[in-house]
Amino acid sequence: MDKVTRLASEKGVVIFSKSSCCLCYAVNILFQELGVHPMVYEIDQDPEGKEMEKALMRMGCNAPVPAVFISGQLVGSTNEVMSLHLSGNLIPLLKPYQPFS
Amino acid sequence: MNSPSTQYVTPRRLGIYEPIHQMSTWVENFKSNGNPNTSAPIIVESEDTSHGSQGPFCKYEQEASKPFDKIQRRLAQNREAARKSRLRKKAYVQQLETSRLKLVQLEQELDRARQQGLYVGSGVEGVHMGFSGTVNSAFEMEYGHWLEEQSRQICELRNALQAHIGDVELRILVDAGMSHYFELFRMKTTAAKADVFYVMSGMWKTPAERFFFWIGGFRPSELLKVLVPQLEPLTEQQLIDVCNLRQSCQQAEDALSQGMDKLQQTLAETVAAGQLAEVGYNPRTGTAMDKLEALVSFVSQADHLRQETLQQMSRILTTRQAARGLLALGEYFLRLRALSSLWANRPREPT
Repeated sequence: MDKVTRLASEKGVVIFSKSSCCLCYAVNILFQELGVHPMVYEIDQDPEGKEMEKALMRMGCNAPVPAVFISGQLVGSTNEVMSLHLSGNLIPLLKPYQPFS
Repeated sequence: MNSPSTQYVTPRRLGIYEPIHQMSTWVENFKSNGNPNTSAPIIVESEDTSHGSQGPFCKYEQEASKPFDKIQRRLAQNREAARKSRLRKKAYVQQLETSRLKLVQLEQELDRARQQGLYVGSGVEGVHMGFSGTVNSAFEMEYGHWLEEQSRQICELRNALQAHIGDVELRILVDAGMSHYFELFRMKTTAAKADVFYVMSGMWKTPAERFFFWIGGFRPSELLKVLVPQLEPLTEQQLIDVCNLRQSCQQAEDALSQGMDKLQQTLAETVAAGQLAEVGYNPRTGTAMDKLEALVSFVSQADHLRQETLQQMSRILTTRQAARGLLALGEYFLRLRALSSLWANRPREPT
């Protein structure tokens, strides 16, 4: 879906979320801890939310939210983010988006 | 023992409080002598004649050669011991009575609940109703088998490490150990889908293990803290990798913990607002039932974190180190369970 792809490329780190989803909140917290400020898009507040949900599922997400995109590429859901982080492969992806420290 | 002299026995409470062994000593002596010793009449001056069970014979005849005070002291101690014993017995019987009443009450409650078709809490084999109850008791049985297999594997690992077997065979044991943990996570997923509160309660674990509980199981960062000292010496690179893993683990845990806090908070809000289920549904916050569904995903994520931590450690360590690590981990949990037993069986003062 164009809208999803477009939004996903709008910023370095994009999280598609739902306002009632606490797991999405947890993923956002993780990124904040790593010094990144993702763009969080609440699809339940978008009139086209249902289509976006379907599009995300089609792209390969088990659960529509949270869906994490880094540099416009789909990284996955909570599972994938956690696996990447524990294997030390998440931070390298975030390097360009971490403010110089 | 013959006593040639007359003995005066000062008044004491004799009779029913006399210890048995003094009786038997007297009886033995009586038999061996043939006749009671009549050459030394014993004068018993007793002011207290209410103890009717006092026999016509006096045991002090036998003890006449022993110091008088010692006898009295021993008698007093025996009386005291007997008194305490009676008190303990009384307390024990009272406890039994209370427990019996409680049991009857519980059985009645159980019957009532069964009749209403409600799910009755887990932990007792074969006393379940309802879907959740059945699944939980199945899980507990499976978990029991899992623990047995775990013990067996720990022993195998211990023997293998002591016997210094080769890396190839050791690898097989390590892989088996890892798979065994992954099997537990699979079991937990099934159980959580049926009854997430049950898995989160940790009632299927022992009390000491429960003390360390975090979202349905052990805390991965704690695991690392316990393991790493047992794995030394580690290479430079290993130390760096382990340090990074610990940090990522901690960050992931923090994120999930904060998510759980948020879940608790929003659940409280929906309950306070009366939005339990579809009635009065507020699409922005969702219903309380939705929140509970979310709990399942949190438990799932926590288990995933545990699995990833184990896998990463396996990647960082050599086969031998991984074997030692698995052994250390298994023994740690074994000790926690032993601690629970020790605590449950600790001696308690009678009330």
